[in-house]
Amino acid sequence: MRKIAKPCGFHCVKIKDIGVAFGDQVILENINLHIHCGQLLAIIGRNGAGKSTLVKAILDDIPHTGTVEFKDVEDGKMQKIKIGYVPQTLNLEENAPMDVYDLICSFRYNYPVFFKNKKIYGEIKEALAEFDAEDLIDKQVGRLSGGELQRVLLSMAVMDNPNLLLLDEPVSGIDKNGMDLFYDKMEYLKENYDMSIVVVSHDLDYVAKYADKVVLIDKAVMAEGTVREVYESEEFKEVFGNSRFEITAKSTTTPIYEVDVAKSHVHKRDIVEKQTPFEASYKGRKEED
Amino acid sequence: MAGYFSELFKYDFMIRAIIAILVITPLFGMLGTMIVHRKMAFFSDALGHSALTGIAIGIVLGITDTNISMVIFAVVFAFLLNQINRRRLVATDTLISVFASCSTAIGLAILSFGGNFSKYSALLVGDILSITSKEIVYLLLIFVATITFWFVAINKLNAISVNPTLAKSTNIAVRIVEDVFAIIIALVVTLSIKWIGILLINALLILPAASARNISTNMREYHGYAIIFSLFSGVIGLIMSYFNNVATGPMIVIVASVIYFLTYIMGRERK
Repeated sequence: MRKIAKPCGFHCVKIKDIGVAFGDQVILENINLHIHCGQLLAIIGRNGAGKSTLVKAILDDIPHTGTVEFKDVEDGKMQKIKIGYVPQTLNLEENAPMDVYDLICSFRYNYPVFFKNKKIYGEIKEALAEFDAEDLIDKQVGRLSGGELQRVLLSMAVMDNPNLLLLDEPVSGIDKNGMDLFYDKMEYLKENYDMSIVVVSHDLDYVAKYADKVVLIDKAVMAEGTVREVYESEEFKEVFGNSRFEITAKSTTTPIYEVDVAKSHVHKRDIVEKQTPFEASYKGRKEED
Repeated sequence: MAGYFSELFKYDFMIRAIIAILVITPLFGMLGTMIVHRKMAFFSDALGHSALTGIAIGIVLGITDTNISMVIFAVVFAFLLNQINRRRLVATDTLISVFASCSTAIGLAILSFGGNFSKYSALLVGDILSITSKEIVYLLLIFVATITFWFVAINKLNAISVNPTLAKSTNIAVRIVEDVFAIIIALVVTLSIKWIGILLINALLILPAASARNISTNMREYHGYAIIFSLFSGVIGLIMSYFNNVATGPMIVIVASVIYFLTYIMGRERK
């Protein structure tokens, strides 16, 4: 189904001067981002910093200024960008009469969903297999677990070979095991698909471990660069507090999130569930450097 | 027994009524699936009520065929509701209620002017036995239009209801699909309101789909059951109303309601 197996490094997505305002209220201004294929860019920021608004602007779902361009660096040609989007949630009740086949067929095919088409069924199954989700094809979408739904949505987003994969807070409602799986998949996508990945993330641990580039936003871009550059910046400390670094130096058993809860946007639920301390991954990165 | 039933087909008005039921009910079952799925039950109810206003406007303007003013008003009403709805300033259900009450009140006020409302009270419960051949042709036309729309747009409608942003990102023309759907509902509702009745039309749109939803796990079952339940309620309701000498509309809705409660119990047991 796919034509290109490896990222070529020549394609890039340029997000230029994105600004969003509702009336007099400015939500975002001067957002400029530059992502190459095979790169994972993480967008972080406190609650209400405009992360989800930025996603909607990139998708052209809300009125905004600025442009999203897709460029071939080698020959400088501009192409129409294809975005694969993985939303936060779906608007479905538990008992909604819709299985995974219906969901993907509705978004990706014109063949009416009230008839079953064997060829399409096979194609959807193949796309799901990429994310070990082929057994879910006949399951009701509303009854899938958070992790299962995410794999289904990822399969759907990727099956069209997008130039940009855009994931909006994909980690909510998923346990640590699911998170590891998710980010392993991101690594796999980076290596095997020719596309750029943008993740709006809540989880600083995983961002530290997997992102190639991090952007901290709060209305505008506050800091951007490698994980290290951003995490050590003043702006980062202002938003998330710098106590986590001091604590990690003293003791690794201290639950690091406790100190930061008030300031950061990490959910309280995470404090209980997460077992990977931030410093472990951060230190790992440091040593690699 | 056979003679008992053949008596049904002795009268032309009964044959016409059966043909009309066979055309209207599958259409209602089909449209109902997406009305329920997209949580538009209030919307279709409001459209039914807008029929009164449409007729009233026709009378005020001196139009002989008030069907025309009724259809036009309902289409404009549906379109406007969609536009205002998109601004997301107020809750949809509140907004629709406000519009529906307002237009119903205007319609009732005009129609009751000079104490003449009894002339229109048949609209409230409907009378399928009075349908003419010409009116059946209208129904067939809207039937063909709706089926065509359904084949082209069902996937898109479904995608929009699941997540509009995601739908838009896959190049689905969200606005157009939503508007055409609203207009189709308006046409079907107004063209069949005389036969089903304002008070009952929404029940016939919602009940078969809601029943199907109780026991379906995918879109194929959902559509299949909704159409079967709708047809079954229509035909059985008509036959029962003939033999019991009660109005057809209410009888159809009673059958559809019984199906709903049965499927509700079935659905619960399956869990």
